[in-house]
Amino acid sequence: MVRIGVGTVVGLILLALPFWVSSTWQNLLITVFYYAFLGQAWNILGGYAGQLSLGHAAFFAIGAYTSAVLAVHYAVSPWLGMFVGAVLAALLSLGIGYLGFRFGLRGFYFILLTLAAAEICRLVALHVPILGGYTGLFINFTPNPWQFQFKGKIPYYFIALGFLVFASAVVWLLERSKLGTYLVAIREDEDASEALGVDTFRYKMMAYALSAALTALGGTFYAYFQYYLQPNTVLNLNHSVDIMIRPIVGGMGTILGPILGSLLLELLGEFSRTYFAGATAGLSVVIYGVLLIIVVLFLPRGVYPTLVHRFRRLMRGRPT
Amino acid sequence: MSLLRVTGVSKVFGGLRAVHRVSFDLPEGEILGLIGPNGAGKTTVFNVVSGFMRPDEGTVTYRGESLAGLRPHAICRRGMVRTFQIARPFLRLTLLENVVVGALERVAHRREALGIAEKILDLTGLTEKAGQPGHALTLPDRKRLELARALATGPRVLLLDEVMAGLTPTETSRLIELVRAIHGRGISILLIEHVMKAVMALSQRVLVLNYGELIAGGRPEDVVRDPRVIEAYLGVDSTGAEAGGD
Repeated sequence: MVRIGVGTVVGLILLALPFWVSSTWQNLLITVFYYAFLGQAWNILGGYAGQLSLGHAAFFAIGAYTSAVLAVHYAVSPWLGMFVGAVLAALLSLGIGYLGFRFGLRGFYFILLTLAAAEICRLVALHVPILGGYTGLFINFTPNPWQFQFKGKIPYYFIALGFLVFASAVVWLLERSKLGTYLVAIREDEDASEALGVDTFRYKMMAYALSAALTALGGTFYAYFQYYLQPNTVLNLNHSVDIMIRPIVGGMGTILGPILGSLLLELLGEFSRTYFAGATAGLSVVIYGVLLIIVVLFLPRGVYPTLVHRFRRLMRGRPT
Repeated sequence: MSLLRVTGVSKVFGGLRAVHRVSFDLPEGEILGLIGPNGAGKTTVFNVVSGFMRPDEGTVTYRGESLAGLRPHAICRRGMVRTFQIARPFLRLTLLENVVVGALERVAHRREALGIAEKILDLTGLTEKAGQPGHALTLPDRKRLELARALATGPRVLLLDEVMAGLTPTETSRLIELVRAIHGRGISILLIEHVMKAVMALSQRVLVLNYGELIAGGRPEDVVRDPRVIEAYLGVDSTGAEAGGD
């Protein structure tokens, strides 16, 4: 009952919020939802299945470029194009996953494989003319909802929120399914899982494909929020780190982790930009980095698990 | 009819012949003990039988079907499941969740798996600890959990790798009772064991492995009197000079 009550209140606040806050805060909230969505997608593979990917920018870019190219050159609505992108991203993930999982790459070696795959994608995007190459791909602004283009921030706010709710619902179902239980078992001990009848190869592939497809949807959102795609922005290592850092800070393998992580990092970033951006160039980034280090040092398991732990201790300490 | 048949299995690691032309049968309903000194190749035999390693030569058949090329999960699905010598609980999952993973081998939905897991916990005497995480369990409970998880998959053959190791005599007696109860449910068991009390109490037949080769086999009380077995364990050679430390 308490949960339903809290959920309703949070839901109503989120629905009313964009109409009350300034454009800056609208932007900030959109970024929070959007990175929480990407974090949620990454979390399926990294947090639940325990397979750390440092190359999710590749799937993101496939989603972004596919829907953009289909819309610009073939007049296909991004609302359809984003699912084409999701399928292509899932196919690429199955290719990488086959190489990695069939040949038993674990830990750092799998991370390096995902990183290398993303680098290859970046080089491809830089040299393929239809993708705009080094110049990048521009999308003309024609405020037409069917073209995923809107005036003002509020529609983007609700789309980003919708994406996040959708991904969180997927993870919520995952936690209650055979697939999710198997993924966690694989994360905890792959050999023991295999001995207990878990087809570890197959389930890791499923986690990878699901994670990649969701990430690609986020790419389409980005393309039509920024109207410009450039390989060195959307397809570089920094972007892969941006995707994975939020669930890591918030708490891997938890549904609230990516959301709390995204909120916290966005507030930290905004804080350092507001108070230090005017000073020496780059100082705000340094401050952001220092704050990030502090968070990781003091909350090594992530914000959400630490909060849960503290709360439980607090409740146990009190006589009831 | 034998459920499990191992024929001429060999496994070489570099220059080491870990297992050399080992053959044996596990008939339906039997508890077969596999003993031998440390490093004799017992666990390697398990790794080959359960699909974790490929034999360099020889075949393993289960209910008449060759297991060549099958990965462990596929062998588990056919009804043969192993435990690990060093218990490997899923450390951050509760005991109940650990067993649910095993039970999901039989059913598609968590709700049914939870039902099976609760029954298995009851059978293995772990119900009270169902909510504890894997990392909080004591050694005897970890051993029980290995057994419980394996049992949850609904096996016809259990491969138990030293489930008694490191237990006190009381705990060993309790676990022997549990293995008997499991056997009583019609599950055939291949048992690697160092604790002779358990081997003698449980096994209908015992095989002795030394330096990767089977050197003896038969009823437990005969095997322990076999001079070759005594030699393998105590290290007495023909000059009689090697035994003892002083």
